[in-house]
Amino acid sequence: MSVESHTSPDQPQSAATLDTAWTLRWIRQGAEVLAANRPALNTLDRDIGDGDHGENMDRGFQAVLPKLDALADETLPGAVLKLVATTLISTVGGAAGPLYGTAFLKAAGAVAAADGIDAAALVAVLTAARDGIVLRGKAESGDKTMIDSWTPAVDAAAAAHAAGSGVGDILLAAADAAAQGAVDTEPLVARKGRASYLGERAIGHRDPGAQSTALLLRAAADVATVTE
Amino acid sequence: MKKLINDPKNVVNEAAAGFEAAHADIVRVSHDPIFIVRHDAPVQGKVGIVSGGGSGHEPLHSGFVGYGMLDAAVPGPVFTSPTPDPIVAATQAVNGGAGVLHIVKNYTGDVLNFETAADLASAEGIDVRAVVINDDVAVKDSLYTAGRRGVAGTVLVEKIAGAAAERGDDLDAVVAVAEKVNSRVRTMGVALTPCVVPHAGEPSFVLADDEIEIGIGIHGEPGRERIKLEPADAIVDRLLGPILEDLPFDNGDEVLLLVNGMGGTPQIELYIVFRRAAEVLKEHGITVTRSLVGNFTTSLEMAGASISVLKLDDELTTLWDAPVQTAALRWGR
Repeated sequence: MSVESHTSPDQPQSAATLDTAWTLRWIRQGAEVLAANRPALNTLDRDIGDGDHGENMDRGFQAVLPKLDALADETLPGAVLKLVATTLISTVGGAAGPLYGTAFLKAAGAVAAADGIDAAALVAVLTAARDGIVLRGKAESGDKTMIDSWTPAVDAAAAAHAAGSGVGDILLAAADAAAQGAVDTEPLVARKGRASYLGERAIGHRDPGAQSTALLLRAAADVATVTE
Repeated sequence: MKKLINDPKNVVNEAAAGFEAAHADIVRVSHDPIFIVRHDAPVQGKVGIVSGGGSGHEPLHSGFVGYGMLDAAVPGPVFTSPTPDPIVAATQAVNGGAGVLHIVKNYTGDVLNFETAADLASAEGIDVRAVVINDDVAVKDSLYTAGRRGVAGTVLVEKIAGAAAERGDDLDAVVAVAEKVNSRVRTMGVALTPCVVPHAGEPSFVLADDEIEIGIGIHGEPGRERIKLEPADAIVDRLLGPILEDLPFDNGDEVLLLVNGMGGTPQIELYIVFRRAAEVLKEHGITVTRSLVGNFTTSLEMAGASISVLKLDDELTTLWDAPVQTAALRWGR
C-alpha cells in the first residue's frame, strides 16, 4: 500500500461515525460493484432461478446514481437510504426489489434523523435491514436466500461491536461474514423463491441474493476505511 | 440465437406500442409507467380487474384486456415482475368505485410486488383484494417450497372473474368466483426445447436433443423429471395422470379442457395433444363440455405445451360463455 500516513503506516484509519459522505460513497461503490458483477449474478441466477438477478440489481442501482447527484449537500444519511429504498422498490422488480427496498427503508428508519451512524447505531441499522427482509420475504436462516448472508453479517457486526470495534471494523466483520454466508448457501436446498422448485438440484449452487448482499456489504466496508 | 427484435432493452416497450397500434379499439396504453387498460376504463360501478407479471407469456396478460375480462394488464420486464409503481397506477386507472381485484400468479417476485402495490393503493382509499393463482401440479405444495406456480389456469380465472365483474357482481363475489376457479383448475406442462430471454441471449436451461422436461414452469423452471422424448400420447398420459389425481376429478364431472402452447409448438401438435387428452378423460367418465386450444400462456419460443382441466358447474359454464372482446379471446359480441 503506497499511502502516506502520519500515524501508523499501512493502517487505514476509520472514522468514529459514518456520515452522509460515507453513505453516498457506499451506494456509488455498490452500484459500481453490482455493474461489474452483473454477468456473474445473472449466471448464478440462471443456475437456480430465472437468470436476471444481476440485470435487475444493476438497473436499480444505476437508477439511484443520478438521484444521488441531485441531492442537497445537507441531506442526512437516513434520507439517502430512504431515497435508495424507494428507487429500488420502483426499479428493480422481481423479488429483489421489494426485499432490498424494504431493507434500505428499515435501515433509514433506524438511522432516523441522526447526522452520523456510530458503532451502536450501525449494528441497529444492519439488524433493522435484516429484520425488514425477513418480514417481507418470510424466509428463515437456512432457506438458501439473502438472509443467509444478512444474518451472519448482523451477528458478526454485533460481536465486533461488543468487542469494542469501531464502525470500520464492524463493517469489515459484517462483510466477511456475509461473504462466508453466501458461500455457505451452496450445499443448501432452497425453501423460498424460484430455486425452491429445484429441490435437491439446487445443491451446489450459490444463492444469487446472498451473493449480491455480500457484494453490497463489502462495498460498505471498503468505503468506510479512509486512508489519510 | 436469432430473435426478431431491436435493442433487447426495448422489447417490452416496443411490443406495447405495437399492441396499442393494433388494438386501439380495445385498449389504451400508458407508456410511463407502462400498463394497458381497456379503452373505456374506468367503468363506473364495476369491479376493476388488474393482472400482470413478467413479460414473455403473451398473450397473457395484455391480450386479455377488454370487455368481459381484464381491465388492466401490467407487463414487467421479460420474466421479471413489474414493480409496484405501474401496478398502483393501473389500479387507480381502473377503479370505478367498486373496488379492484389483483389476479397474481404465485411467484415470489409477483406476490411481493403486488402486495406492496396493494398496500399503497389501499392507503389511497381503493378497496384492493388479491387472488393468487397456483394451478401447477408439477410442484409439490409444501412448507418447503414457494408453493405451486400460477400457469395457464390463470387465463381461465381471468375470463371467468372478468365475466362476473362485467355482469355487475360486487368485489366479494368476484373474489369468490376467482378463488373458486383457482381451486378447481389443475395444470401440468412439458418442454421440448428451452426459451431464450432476450437480454440474456442464451437458453435459460439446457435440454439434449432427445430430452424433454415433464412439469416445466413457464419461465423454464424445472418440473418433476427429465426424460427421453416419447410419442405425444405417452407424454399426454404423463401430464394428465397427476392432474386427475390431484383435484381429484371424478367419473361424471364436466370439464373445460385447455391445451396451451408454450410458444414454439405448432397448432397441429396441440390438437394431437387435445385428441389424446379428450380420450383419456372419456375413459375416466369425464365429459369435456368446453375447450380451448392455442397459445395463451407462453414461455417465449419454448416448444412444449400444458394441459389444464377445470371442473365446471352451471355458474362457471355461464360465465365462461359470456361475451368477451379482447385481442386474444373474442366471442359473443
